[in-house]
Amino acid sequence: MKNKIIEKIGFLFLFLCIAITLFFLATIVYFVVSRGLPALSWEFLTEAPRKSMTAGGVAPAIIGTFYLIVGTILFALPLGLATAIYLCEYSPRGYFVSIIRMSINNLAGVPSVVFGLFGLAVFVKYCGFGVSILSGSLTLSILILPGIISASQEALTAVPFSLREASLALGATHWQTIKRVVIPTAFPGVLTGVILGIGRAAGETAPILFTAATFFTRDYPSSPLSECMALPYHIFALMTEGSHPDQQAVIAYGCALILMVLVFMVSGIAIYLRKRFRQAFTH
Amino acid sequence: MIRFKEALYRWIFTVMAFTSLFFLLGIIIVLLREGLPILMAVGPFKFLSGVHWYPTYDPAEFGIFPLIIASLSVAIGAMVVAVPLGVGSALYLHELAGERIRHILKPAVEILSAVPSIVFGFFGMMIVAPFVQKIFHVPTGLNAFTAAVVMGIMAIPTIASLTEDALGFVPRSFKEASYALGASRWQTLIKIVLPAAGSGVSTAIILGMSRIVGETMTVLMVSGGAAVIPHSIFDPVRPMTSTIAAEMGEAVTGSLHYSALFAIGLVLFLMTLTLNIISENISKKYRIKLGLDR
Amino acid sequence: MIDTTVKLARIAVENLNFFYGKKQALQDLNLNIFDRQVTALIGPSGCGKSTFIRLLNRMNDLTPDTRAEGRIILDGKNILDPKIDVVNLRRRVGMVFQKPNPFPKTIFQNIAYGLEINGETDKNLIENKVEESLKKAALWDEAKDRLNDSALRLSGGQQQRLCIARCLAVEPEVILFDEPCASLDPISTKKIEELIGELKKDYTIVIVTHNMQQASRVSDYTAFMYLGDLVEFGTTEKLFTVPKNKRTEEYLSGKFG
Repeated sequence: MKNKIIEKIGFLFLFLCIAITLFFLATIVYFVVSRGLPALSWEFLTEAPRKSMTAGGVAPAIIGTFYLIVGTILFALPLGLATAIYLCEYSPRGYFVSIIRMSINNLAGVPSVVFGLFGLAVFVKYCGFGVSILSGSLTLSILILPGIISASQEALTAVPFSLREASLALGATHWQTIKRVVIPTAFPGVLTGVILGIGRAAGETAPILFTAATFFTRDYPSSPLSECMALPYHIFALMTEGSHPDQQAVIAYGCALILMVLVFMVSGIAIYLRKRFRQAFTH
Repeated sequence: MIRFKEALYRWIFTVMAFTSLFFLLGIIIVLLREGLPILMAVGPFKFLSGVHWYPTYDPAEFGIFPLIIASLSVAIGAMVVAVPLGVGSALYLHELAGERIRHILKPAVEILSAVPSIVFGFFGMMIVAPFVQKIFHVPTGLNAFTAAVVMGIMAIPTIASLTEDALGFVPRSFKEASYALGASRWQTLIKIVLPAAGSGVSTAIILGMSRIVGETMTVLMVSGGAAVIPHSIFDPVRPMTSTIAAEMGEAVTGSLHYSALFAIGLVLFLMTLTLNIISENISKKYRIKLGLDR
Repeated sequence: MIDTTVKLARIAVENLNFFYGKKQALQDLNLNIFDRQVTALIGPSGCGKSTFIRLLNRMNDLTPDTRAEGRIILDGKNILDPKIDVVNLRRRVGMVFQKPNPFPKTIFQNIAYGLEINGETDKNLIENKVEESLKKAALWDEAKDRLNDSALRLSGGQQQRLCIARCLAVEPEVILFDEPCASLDPISTKKIEELIGELKKDYTIVIVTHNMQQASRVSDYTAFMYLGDLVEFGTTEKLFTVPKNKRTEEYLSGKFG
């Protein structure tokens, strides 16, 4: 009898844990949506800020975030996919593999602000790219590299070995097999990693703080070497700079809503794709 | 010709695969190179143990002890929030939720982990901080306590989802053996399943801790920013990450202040590296213990 | 009595030994595989028949930590020679696997694949070749209206015939079948067996099977292997009716295996 009661209490506790967790999620979503929605309008999405950040839209920040994402994927995808291909296809048990795996694991744990420092010292200063989309994209791409690698690796290992055998038995070379059979088959899985990477790159602030972002530019970025506004940084700047905190807070809510919708959509798609991809290879 | 092409591709991939190592080494080199001047000027021990952080005063003082204390106190506070909730949620998902509910809740928890840290920071600043200020009658809601709560919420998904994975690896036979001896579900869960997944769970906790120590934007917005050793959990603090983020903009390139911020980055890097290595070693042993080879 | 020496030996295996690490899997194999004949390899699981067949187009290269000694001569060249071009070898010695393994592409693309990797770009030629291969593999009538469907939507037996068609399109000289019917139903199995009977007019065929009836139905020559040894080799007719070795007799009569 006593056991029964303990069990009841225990299970109630577990239920409370998940309920509280979901409650937090719901609260965040509720506040961001309910206060962000009034800020949203066509003008908000398509126009530049006016009247020292108290009116107008956030279009330059949206565009900036978009450029940063594109740049980041442009660098991270080839590198990440190539690393995964090396690990899965060329050298599954080579000498270097443990060193590379160790590097990837530890790179994944580096704090985002440290990436920012690295980007500042190397891309902004040493390479002379300045505070720019290029510097920011490079910095962000190192940040999401481990994620792209591990998603690609998962996708490549899910490709049945029998397909590689079939291709090789037809007289295809190793590279032909990788290019024409393995990569296309693994593609949806790689895509999942890319999409998750997009979500990450869109939301990160610390790495672009000193490498790409600026609070305000009237002009849209004209080249990879221009600095840019970005949604996450814009929220931060609105909350910590400027002289009209109340009006700025409304705009910040709007930005947070856009960012959250973007990130949720992206992770939703990625989770869905991953599920489909996993099902495709479990007979 | 074909052989040459094949060899060429192998080389290209080998070289590209080494970029991760290259970046990791690059980070270490950059942090050391840029951080060295301040360590030479102040001395590494005084840098770490100094209690005064006045980088812009004349003469400037560079002691990061208060920043380390701030980082640790916020991290520990966050773990107090995140560990029970994260592990509890994982246990619920693993044991109590039916297939259908699990298929809804697990993605929901994963999505919580996708919320950008800036949104958490913003939420903390706008909603949690005023709330804390009112409830506890403190001068400011932006303090260590608020930071710990918000960061704790942030860390729940990481801990919950890694813990859930670890619970999933526990062989069914353990559970069945326990039931066969007449143990209840709760007893089996707490006395058999959770300990069997123990190292997996501790890996999850350490990784969560590492995330929190390295988290920047949230603490920057909600921790209050005072670079002094806190006397109460309701005092404003300035963790290492937010110091770097807040001050890099005004630090002159090449100055001691600039160098000091990189040196903080180095300390931060070493702390998270240590945590990651510990968790990796635990998880390696754990895999061997349960016979999950990799 | 058939005089085996009159037939042309397409592949000659001489003193072949094979090791997985330190474990020896094949011991001193010697046999001839004759041109345009079906040679069946039978024996209980683990006797080395699959290991052997995979050596004939060097698929064993994919298994790490293995070593082969001796010679396998194909048209005067030792294919175990590390300097030999395995890509070219595999174009000449095709293989059909135990489980059908079509690529997750369309039926057409599956067959065109082998041509394209050989640098064929002429679309008409590829189309003709696809049709020809499907006809040879007795799949044309079932597949001609759905060439652009995913190959994964074919039934198991159809998939296996697609794999055969894919192999034929590369125009190999030798085709290796590694238990091609192991995962198929009796009707599909019958179709594949008939197909093999057709194909031997043009190709030299080696088939691994653990189904003795199948070996007796499709093959001209049979090799019985046991624990890495080649116990007996001869015409299928003789091996099945008057086996020379006691172990062969016991295996054929179902005493073990």
